[in-house]
Amino acid sequence: MSFLLNNIVELTVTGLVLGAVYGLVALGYTLVYGVLQLINFAHSEVWMYGSFAAVWVTVALGVAPGGPVLTAIGVLLLALLAAMTVSGGIALLLERVAYRRLLRLEAPKLVALISAIGASFFLAELMGLRDRVVDFFGLRDALDPFVRSARDNTRFLNPLETQGLFSIGRYTVSNVDVIIIVGAILMMVGLDQFIRRTRTGRGIRAVAQDSEAAALMGVNRDRVIRATFLVGGVMAGAAALLYLMRFGVTRWDAGFLLGVKAFTAAVLGGIGNVRGALLGGFVLGLAENYGSALVGSQWRDVVAFLLLVVILLFRPTGLLGESLGRARA
Amino acid sequence: MLLEVEGLCVNYGRIEAIRDISFSVEEGSVVTLIGANGAGKTTTMKTLSGLRKVRAGTVAFAGKDITTMPSHARVPLGISQSPEGRRIFPGMSVVENLDMGAYARPDRAKTRTADLERVFTLFPRLQERRDQAAGTMSGGEQQMLAIGRALMSRPKLLLLDEPSMGLAPKLIQQIFAIITDIREQGTTILLVEQNAAQALRIADRAYILETGEVVREGSGRELAADDSVRAAYLGGDV
Ligand SMILES: Nc1ncnc2c1ncn2[C@@H]1O[C@H](COP(=O)(O)OP(=O)(O)O)[C@@H](O)[C@H]1O
Ligand SMILES: [Mg+2]
Repeated sequence: MSFLLNNIVELTVTGLVLGAVYGLVALGYTLVYGVLQLINFAHSEVWMYGSFAAVWVTVALGVAPGGPVLTAIGVLLLALLAAMTVSGGIALLLERVAYRRLLRLEAPKLVALISAIGASFFLAELMGLRDRVVDFFGLRDALDPFVRSARDNTRFLNPLETQGLFSIGRYTVSNVDVIIIVGAILMMVGLDQFIRRTRTGRGIRAVAQDSEAAALMGVNRDRVIRATFLVGGVMAGAAALLYLMRFGVTRWDAGFLLGVKAFTAAVLGGIGNVRGALLGGFVLGLAENYGSALVGSQWRDVVAFLLLVVILLFRPTGLLGESLGRARA
Repeated sequence: MLLEVEGLCVNYGRIEAIRDISFSVEEGSVVTLIGANGAGKTTTMKTLSGLRKVRAGTVAFAGKDITTMPSHARVPLGISQSPEGRRIFPGMSVVENLDMGAYARPDRAKTRTADLERVFTLFPRLQERRDQAAGTMSGGEQQMLAIGRALMSRPKLLLLDEPSMGLAPKLIQQIFAIITDIREQGTTILLVEQNAAQALRIADRAYILETGEVVREGSGRELAADDSVRAAYLGGDV
C-alpha cells in the first residue's frame, strides 16, 4: 500500500500513457462494432502492422537517438504517417477480404468472427515469417535489416531523446509522456469532431443507429463501412507509434494481448461509444498500474480483467452506457 | 407516370410476401395502398426504396428502370420515405434528424434554412423541440419528425408507410391535413394506411392488397362507396 502511495504520481502518469494507447486502439473495435455489431478480431493485427511500419521507417532512415531535435521530430512524423497509412490500409484490406462478401450474403455474425480470427492468425504469422517470405523472393540482401530475427523482439530506436519536463512530487514527467497523452486526446477530439461535423461522420452515426433508415436518407452503407474501418485503422496506426515511443519494442505476436486489452477498454467504456473508448482505456491503464503496485506486477492482467468483470456486473453496458447509436447528441 | 410498378414479386426466403403486383402513380396525385396486416404493404414500400430485392417484375421511376438500383442512389432521384414505425435516429436531435433527411442533396447547405423553415411551418411542434434527442419524444412527435425528415430531400415522390399508426384520433386528423398540404405544394404521395376511411378520402387512386396481391383498384371515392370494401376495410359504418 505504501508503495502505491509513494509512487502514485508515476503510476498515474504511466497508467495514463498506457491507457491512451489502449483507448486509441479501442476506437477501432468500438467504431466497427457500432456500425456492424461485429467484433473485428483482426484489429490487433492492424495495430501490429502499424508498429512495424514505424520501426521500418527509422531503420530505413538509419536514425540513431540523440540527433538534432528537429530531425527527430521529422522522423517521428514520417513514422507516424507510415504507421497510419499501413494500419489504415490493412484495415481496408480486412474489410475487403475478410468481411465484405460475408456481409453482402448476410452471413451470421459468428461466421464473420471466425473469418476475422483466421485473418488475424494469417497476418500475425505472415509478419513472424517475413524473413522466409523475403528469402522466397530472393530479396534477402536488400531487405535484411527489416526482416532479421523475424520471430524475436523488434526494437524501436526513438529518435527523440526522453527528457524530463517538470516534476510532480518525486516523478519527473517526460516529453514522451506528454506527447503520448496529449496526442491521444487530440486524436480523440479530432475523431469526435469528424463524427459530429462531417458528412461521412454523420453517415457513420446514422448507420450505427439504424442502417435501413440511413439507406432511406441516401447514405451509402458500403462507403460508410469502409470509412469506419479506415478511421479505426488510422487511429490504431497512431497508437502503434505512441506505444513504441514509450515501450520501444514490438513483435509479430504483440497484437494479441494489446488487442484483448484494447477490446476490454472498449467494452469497459461501453462498446460502440467513441468517447467511452478513451475513457475505458484510461481507466484500464490506471487500474493495471495501481493494481500491480498493490498486489504485484505479475497480477497486472488479472487485475485488468477483474475490473472488467466487476464493472460489467454493475453496469452491463459499460461506463458510458449508451452506444454510438443511442448516445445522445 | 411518375412511378410504374409491373408484375412485382418479393420473397422473404420461400415466403412470397408480394406476388405479381402492378400499380402506377401519376405525377401530382395521392395514391393509397390499403389492406390488412401482413398484406404486403410495407414490403412494397421497402422495395420501392430499394431495401428489398426484387424476385421478378420491374419498378420504373420517371421513365427510368430502377428495379436493381441501390437504395442510396434512389434518394437523389427524388424518392423519399417515411417508414413504418418512424425509424427516426434516436440519438440525434430533431435538427440533426432533419439534416440527415437532406444528406443526399449536393446543395443542402444553401437550401437548409428554407427547407427547415418549410418543415417547421408544417410541424411547429418540431421547432419547439429542435434540440431535443429524437428518441425521447412522443410517438406523435416522432411521426412528424419522420415525415419532416423525408421532406428535407425535396422528394418528387413521398412514400408514407402508416403515418397514423398508434396516434390519437386528433393527431391523425392533423397528420392527414398536413398530407393534403404537402400534396398541394406539389409533391406526389404514395400512402399506405390501415386507416382506410381517411386514406380513401384524400386519395385520387387506391389499390387494395390482400395476401400479397392487388385485389381491387379504383378511384378513392369509388372504393369508399363500394359495399364490399366498406364491409372489409371500413368497418361498414364510415
Ligand atoms: N423480415 C421479414 N421476414 C420474413 N417475413 C416477413 C418479413 N417482413 C414481412 N414478412 C412477411 O411478409 C408478409 C407481408 O408483410 P408486410 O409487408 O409487413 O405487410 P403489411 O405492411 O401489409 O402489414 C407477411 O406475411 C409478413 O409476415
Ligand atoms: Mg406494414
